[in-house]
Amino acid sequence: MSAERDDIGSLDWRGEGTAGDLLIRGAHGFDPLTGLDRECDIVVRGGRIAEIAEAGAGEAPEGGEEIDASGLHAFPAFFDPHVHLRTPGQEYREDIESGSRAAAAGGFCGIVAMANTDPVVDDPAILSALRERAESEAVVPTGFVATVTKGMAGRELTEMAALREAGAVGFSDDGLPITDAGVMRRALQYQHLVGGTILLHEEDPALTGDGVMGEGAVSAALGLAGVPDTSESTMIARDGALCLYEDARAHVQHLSARTSVEAVAAAKQAGAKLTAELTPHHLVLTDEEVRSLDARFKMNPPLRTEDDRRALIEALRSGVVDCIGTDHAPHAPHEKEIPFEAANMGVTGLETAFAALYTELVLPGVVDLALIVERMGAGAAVFDLEPSRIEVGAEADVALVDLDAEWEAGADGWESRSVNSCFAGRRLRSRPVVTIVAGTVAYRRREFTMKVAG
Amino acid sequence: MRHLLSIEDLDRGEIELICDRARSFAEVGRRDIKKVPTLRGRTIVSLFYEASTRTSSSFELAAKRLSADVVSVKSVGSSVDKGESLRDTIATLSAYEPEAIVIRSPEAGAAALVANWTEAAVVNAGDGKHEHPSQALLDVYTLIDHVGPLDGKRIWIVGDVAHSRVARSCIRAFVTMGAEVTVAGPPTLIPRGIETLGCEVAYDLGDIGEADVIYALRMQKERMNHAFVPSLREYAVNYQINGRRLGPRQLVMHPGPVNRGVELSPEVIDGPASLITAQVASGLLVRMAILYEILAGGERPRPLSRIGGGGDRSRESESSPIGEPA
Repeated sequence: MSAERDDIGSLDWRGEGTAGDLLIRGAHGFDPLTGLDRECDIVVRGGRIAEIAEAGAGEAPEGGEEIDASGLHAFPAFFDPHVHLRTPGQEYREDIESGSRAAAAGGFCGIVAMANTDPVVDDPAILSALRERAESEAVVPTGFVATVTKGMAGRELTEMAALREAGAVGFSDDGLPITDAGVMRRALQYQHLVGGTILLHEEDPALTGDGVMGEGAVSAALGLAGVPDTSESTMIARDGALCLYEDARAHVQHLSARTSVEAVAAAKQAGAKLTAELTPHHLVLTDEEVRSLDARFKMNPPLRTEDDRRALIEALRSGVVDCIGTDHAPHAPHEKEIPFEAANMGVTGLETAFAALYTELVLPGVVDLALIVERMGAGAAVFDLEPSRIEVGAEADVALVDLDAEWEAGADGWESRSVNSCFAGRRLRSRPVVTIVAGTVAYRRREFTMKVAG
Repeated sequence: MRHLLSIEDLDRGEIELICDRARSFAEVGRRDIKKVPTLRGRTIVSLFYEASTRTSSSFELAAKRLSADVVSVKSVGSSVDKGESLRDTIATLSAYEPEAIVIRSPEAGAAALVANWTEAAVVNAGDGKHEHPSQALLDVYTLIDHVGPLDGKRIWIVGDVAHSRVARSCIRAFVTMGAEVTVAGPPTLIPRGIETLGCEVAYDLGDIGEADVIYALRMQKERMNHAFVPSLREYAVNYQINGRRLGPRQLVMHPGPVNRGVELSPEVIDGPASLITAQVASGLLVRMAILYEILAGGERPRPLSRIGGGGDRSRESESSPIGEPA
């Protein structure tokens, strides 16, 4: 069955083939890629943006929906290159439906699921089964990576060509590093046959040791084993050198430290084809949160110091970091509401990503709204996909966001099956209200009503 | 005081309050019947997820001296051993409506979590490598008893600081009480950033002559598996407190159990400078004081008798609320 597919690298969702007609009336259109920044009516026909009219001048397509978006911003919908949907095998934490619904609620029109499931996605049959499920369950277009090594054991390469044929959008052993430099080198060499990028969870287990949080004053005070930043940066330096030598590409996931930013910058400077990603939690929080010993602040890589956080923000501004990814990692209560050292690593993030960044970085004037909107869409390019745009002719992938909304994260529940959000209980400003994919409404908040025109 | 979770939560006044309360209990230990009815009818659960001799026995005896009913649960042989989660165990034990839970856990923050899950007052008897507040309080009590107020006293804590909850609680407590604290040990066992707790750091014992008190930490043999130090022999050569290193007038402490011939030499353990047995004796009094303060205390009952300032102990014990022999 997989052999029939010729759509290498495509995303799957239950709305495949739909091509909606609708009118988004009176939104503040805002797209850093096209320069759009004004109130307008966006007319969608056949799933594509047909017209960007003056506010009040747009006409709803016959039989299409009309969305009164006055007071809302219309952004090109976001893309998350890094989520965990926990399927197959760990559906008690998340499944394709719940995870992609969380994505839609966060304003995302595309997500890429990691392969560290149970079993891991190292076999074309598993990948094909996942894609079929996504076709019937995924609320937004969903891509799947396959593992780089068999069983994610770090020793032998998977059948990367067959996996690519079956539709793997890329390759990653995320959750674990590829410790053996020889294996990493062969994977990069093989890329010249199979294409696609390799997404890297950079960590040297020998330096991480038993570490459960960032190493520094807070870990010393708490008596928790710390993870030095060199655990990450030395591996980035190694893989930057390998990419350069093999003329191959790789994507460095979730940078956590200043030294990691420096390692990515140096590799890029030398000409290595690296891209890099940052999570909202590393941009907003520091290891001071861990003083609470609340395992909602436990993730890998760990939160680090304020100096590291500032370096990450600067990396976002300077372009050393290409995109934002949430590393949405659902865990059940019995895996998180336990002592810190025993708890699993990882936090959910899809439903709070934009609001957390808007509240903590944009509102205080640390970064511009345009930078956040652009970098939250830029993850698509990691997989050679076009980031969404609000311009005539583009697929209508739009996030309608109420920038004035105030809410307490988690107070009215989550779309995700899991509740392990590091932002739970925080007052956040701004909230995605409606998410449109290919001209159809993939998600709207319950209180938001729409009418059918004509 | 609602719970005792960490020394970090205590100010100087609260530490002094517990020391003064402990001092008032010293008199009980001199009676024929070493028991007061203060906590009669109260239930205290002692839940130990790690091996312990001193801490578990002295909390249990402290509770009994105060006439409380004590239930001791050890991880081995209990449902904990069968994989029951901490939260489920606490829910089970809370059904007995205990007034206090004393908990020792190999994981940092366990006592604080338990405090969220139960109505009982929670006493942290050691959580991972984080804190061991009752140990630090008994050490402060012991020291004040022997040298008076700690202001300006120089205390060196020597050994495996990285893996020591005692070190973390003692640094905090000694600094809070005005002492100048230095931690010393192999660089592989001194955590990066420890100086933010207000102590100095040394990697050799060259300046240990300045110390008024040397607090040696237990060198755990299992650390050898992780190659934190090349050998116990090399450790002892560089960091053992022995007769050659120990100056006159310097006092030696240790939280126990001691590895004889590793962190301390036998002549120091058994010599006149050692406060080790005094620490154990203080442990009982201080743990009585802790249980008293969280279960029967509340108000500061009377002016404090600072050490050396109290020629008036007899009157003080008359007005003391600890009651008559049971």
